[in-house]
Amino acid sequence: MTSSPPAESEGRVRRSRSDSRRGDSIFFNLSRGSGILLLVIMAAIAGFLAYRSWLAISKDQANFLTTFEWTPDAAKPVFGIAVLAFGTVVSAVIAMAIAVPVAIGIALFISHYAPRRIAQPFAYLVDLLAAVPSIVYGLWGALFLVPHMAGLTAWMDQYLGWTFVFKQTQLGVTPRNLFTVGVLLAIMILPIITAVTREVFRQVPRAHEEAALALGATRWEMIRTAVLPFGRPGIISASMLGLGRALGETIAVATVLSTSSVLSLHVLDLGGGTFAQNIALKFGEAMPFGRDALMASGLVLFVITLLVNGAARLIIARRKEYSGANA
Amino acid sequence: MSAVTTADAPIVPQLRQNLTTARLPKWAPAGVAVLSVALGCAIGAGAGLASHIQWGLIAGLLFLAISYGLSAWVEGRRQAKDRFATSLVWVAFVIAVVPLISLTVYTVQQGAGVVDGNFLSHSMRNVIQSGPGGGIYHALIGTLEQVGLATAMAAPVGLMTAVYLVEYGRGRLAKVVTFFVDVMTGIPSIVAGLFVLSVWNILLGFAFSGFSGSLALAILMMPVVVRSTEEMLKLVPNELREASYALGVPKWKTILRIVLPTAIGGITTGVMLAVARIAGETAPVLMLVFGADAINTDPFNGPQQSLPLFIWQQYASVNNSFGYARAWGAALVLIAFVMGLNLIARGIARWRSPKAGH
Repeated sequence: MTSSPPAESEGRVRRSRSDSRRGDSIFFNLSRGSGILLLVIMAAIAGFLAYRSWLAISKDQANFLTTFEWTPDAAKPVFGIAVLAFGTVVSAVIAMAIAVPVAIGIALFISHYAPRRIAQPFAYLVDLLAAVPSIVYGLWGALFLVPHMAGLTAWMDQYLGWTFVFKQTQLGVTPRNLFTVGVLLAIMILPIITAVTREVFRQVPRAHEEAALALGATRWEMIRTAVLPFGRPGIISASMLGLGRALGETIAVATVLSTSSVLSLHVLDLGGGTFAQNIALKFGEAMPFGRDALMASGLVLFVITLLVNGAARLIIARRKEYSGANA
Repeated sequence: MSAVTTADAPIVPQLRQNLTTARLPKWAPAGVAVLSVALGCAIGAGAGLASHIQWGLIAGLLFLAISYGLSAWVEGRRQAKDRFATSLVWVAFVIAVVPLISLTVYTVQQGAGVVDGNFLSHSMRNVIQSGPGGGIYHALIGTLEQVGLATAMAAPVGLMTAVYLVEYGRGRLAKVVTFFVDVMTGIPSIVAGLFVLSVWNILLGFAFSGFSGSLALAILMMPVVVRSTEEMLKLVPNELREASYALGVPKWKTILRIVLPTAIGGITTGVMLAVARIAGETAPVLMLVFGADAINTDPFNGPQQSLPLFIWQQYASVNNSFGYARAWGAALVLIAFVMGLNLIARGIARWRSPKAGH
């Protein structure tokens, strides 16, 4: 070491340092480039869909927002998203109304109620449920759930028919309606809501819970005063993640729903449609202009899910610990 | 509490003979559950209700009502509320378990009779769609190739993005990327399909092929890989990095030789979970791969088939008992594939996950 001439060793050091610097800058730029690529893809999705939508909407002979029909390939193109927007929102709302309370219950079950021996494998099962492909849910929904919903539908019509919403005006039809779609969507989004909510409930400071119990609270009072307030932002953002899934679900809706271009306020009646399902069904026979029209409806769906997911992430960002990334 | 009781004791001894109030016996919830299920079945059968969903709902409502009423009568209102909440949580548990079991059992029941060697090794070529026979070999090949190509595109990009976010990312760009990766995980699959359609097929004029499907799948996969890899890289202890720097190793070499190998188990898990997720995606494949009855091993030329698309076509287009049978068979294979990937991935995660450092 000491025998080597100083000049040479200095040169070697400098060379290796410049090597490592070059390696560093290459690696840095590669990794930053991938990050930027993701942003570019997002921007491109928005840009291209917007461009195509603009091509379509500018030739639409009717109001894009309030029209019921979807006949873009007719000689006089008429299409609008009123029915689709209604169906998407209603089915998602039904799904949320069922899934959120149940998911909170399951999350509480796993985190606070179940014996440890049941809780672990059950949490695992719920995670597996999230992995079932939507086409399998769709197949099960259409061939198993729909026949089994017939009794419930008749029942709801009988006892809740006075609410107008649950009034069934067509009798003796298979319940391929928005309500069944909502039930199926609820089953599909349960796992993700449960997974995120469960993580939040696990993070509740032990001291809060013990303090509540030490003051003589029952288990429910402890949960109401310590667990639920702490978990509220997590519950909200988990629900919104679930909502995002429900809004964008395509194939399970397409297998179950019997579609039409009628906007019916009775959710137990056939008909209606959703954005994603409409695209999947109409795409095959669409002409080039029809495709552009479908892209316009896709853009609306994209913007809605973007807003919902963005809002969920902003709420969750306040508490970084439970981002639910692995859900 | 006890101080108050002792102070009161000499004055009104008859008020507080027991320090605790009456409690229901330990087996009470189980007893109520059995009772309400029996009652639910009895009412359901008695009234001739067709669907078992109704029976279950009646039993659930009875369970809630009886456990509240019984507890309110014996133990008082506060305890009753507590019991009611406990019952609600257990009912939620049952509600979650029932569809899961039903889905699994029904799929296995319907599919098990269909899946055999012939089904797995033959395509639908020269098979009359509305008749029996045929298989999913072409769909299996298509799915494997499309998912493989998508993984080859998405995994490196996702991995490098995660490296950027964890190892380099400080400024505003990293924050923006993090936010949009999160938002991107929520893109509906059909929108990704529309995007690839508008760029790859309409603007650039390529025909439908397996590859255009895998482009859309890659878009769906990237954010998932980024998120899971990010979590894993964050778990790598900082001491390892610092030890490496102290030895004069440049940063890029530290990442390649120290950080990534330490986290490789978790990263593999994340990638496999992402693969499992895109393998079941139907919507983009439906628009971009087009579907075929014959075997096409070339994902870059001509339409291909894929498992989810096969199920969809057998359900929607064939739409008779033979089509349903094939659809269930393919669904069973798809579920087995996805669940297998999940189990292996989680096994790897447990086997060699980096221990949290601090």
